[in-house]
Amino acid sequence: MATLLAIGTGKGLFLATSPDRRDWAVSGPHFPMTGVYAVAVDKRPDRPRLLAGMTSSHFGPSVATSGDLGDSWQEPEQAPVAFPAETGASLGRVWQLTPAGPDQPDVVWAGTEPSALFRSEDGGRSFSLVRALWDHPHRERWGAGFGGQAVHSVLPHPSDPARMAVAMSTGGVYRTEDAGASWAPGNTGIRAYFLPDEWPEFGQCVHKIARDAGRPDRLYAQNHHGVYRSDDDGRSWTSIAAGLPSDFGFPIVAHPSRPGTVYAFPLTADAERFPVDRRCRVYRSADAGESWEPLTAGLPEGPFYPSVLRDAMCADDHDPAGVYFGTRSGEVYVSADDGDSWSQVAAHLPDVLCVRAVEV
Amino acid sequence: MVTVLLPGPLRAETGGEGRLTVAATGTLRAVLDELATAWPRLARRIRDERGELRRYVNVYVDGEDCRHVGGLDAAVADGTEVQVLPSVAGG
Repeated sequence: MATLLAIGTGKGLFLATSPDRRDWAVSGPHFPMTGVYAVAVDKRPDRPRLLAGMTSSHFGPSVATSGDLGDSWQEPEQAPVAFPAETGASLGRVWQLTPAGPDQPDVVWAGTEPSALFRSEDGGRSFSLVRALWDHPHRERWGAGFGGQAVHSVLPHPSDPARMAVAMSTGGVYRTEDAGASWAPGNTGIRAYFLPDEWPEFGQCVHKIARDAGRPDRLYAQNHHGVYRSDDDGRSWTSIAAGLPSDFGFPIVAHPSRPGTVYAFPLTADAERFPVDRRCRVYRSADAGESWEPLTAGLPEGPFYPSVLRDAMCADDHDPAGVYFGTRSGEVYVSADDGDSWSQVAAHLPDVLCVRAVEV
Repeated sequence: MVTVLLPGPLRAETGGEGRLTVAATGTLRAVLDELATAWPRLARRIRDERGELRRYVNVYVDGEDCRHVGGLDAAVADGTEVQVLPSVAGG
């Protein structure tokens, strides 16, 4: 079966296809000169639907969809994601596009900058603001990191459409159990070393969260220093960083089908954002973070300086799974064997902001 | 009538047309409001959902940067030429 890999970069969207996950044909850029921070491949329709969230530094943000795997794109006349007038806010960019579960075939979620969640009921053509999160009394104290203030992670619960977790920088994890009607912070156990109170209720700089394949209540978090696991659907967290060479980084990816398997790309530190030892190494845990192993086969062996951004790592839905990551230096790597060995998909692209891959 | 001149990157929204004519006069806001009715996707490239000019889009009213002559309240008379240009930005 073929694979489609969508690569969002700082200057457009590239699409890579492969019959075997070894030889790749790369096309693009679609939406040239826009930053594509969010891309999704929605497999719920009969034919997969692509969604891209792009931002022109001149002409602003938008979302486009494609029903023919990127041959053509449709962008609505009216802004698909826009803040209601009474909020006084304007959309900076879409950071995340997440299709809901198969029981809600036309629902798509969008996480945005400024920090907000939007819901679409027409497959991503139009979205409306989730007011309860926007109106949360904590919002005025959510801060902006260097990348901006954004909801960057949206994790619907796989079997309960009323439950969802989102994560924002800064602010941390917020959870709903009533389909978005109310939200509560879920940051117990996540440290915020950059605040006077290092264990606040909210305000953490969570970089990315992911949900375990086999245990829906098990989540993983890569924090701004700190790697954590939650076994109670994001209410509380415990460190799983002991087996890593550093607890700093941006992405964290759960294996799509193997429970307890999770991937990270550690950087040395907040103040030293290079891969640890200047080596290109993905770390994998097969025991939900109790222990980690470096994965290096096929990856560059010499000094390696680029970082991997929070959405620039993903897994596909093949068995065995493919794992992918892209760098700020425009290289993209794939493993077709759960991370055991790697090869290069593309190089010399613009900086990679996000990747998503599916079997097509 | 007011003539609105568009830069190349925005002509995809008008079927390749770089010169539009609108009936509204009075203020630049009125001109852009009419543009939004006829060409909503074009208009949201120029202004955000609050109706504010995007930071890196410049609009000239008879050759004057609108930000120096009242912004969206800049006076626009019959026969005025409004030119939209992307500013020098990006990397």
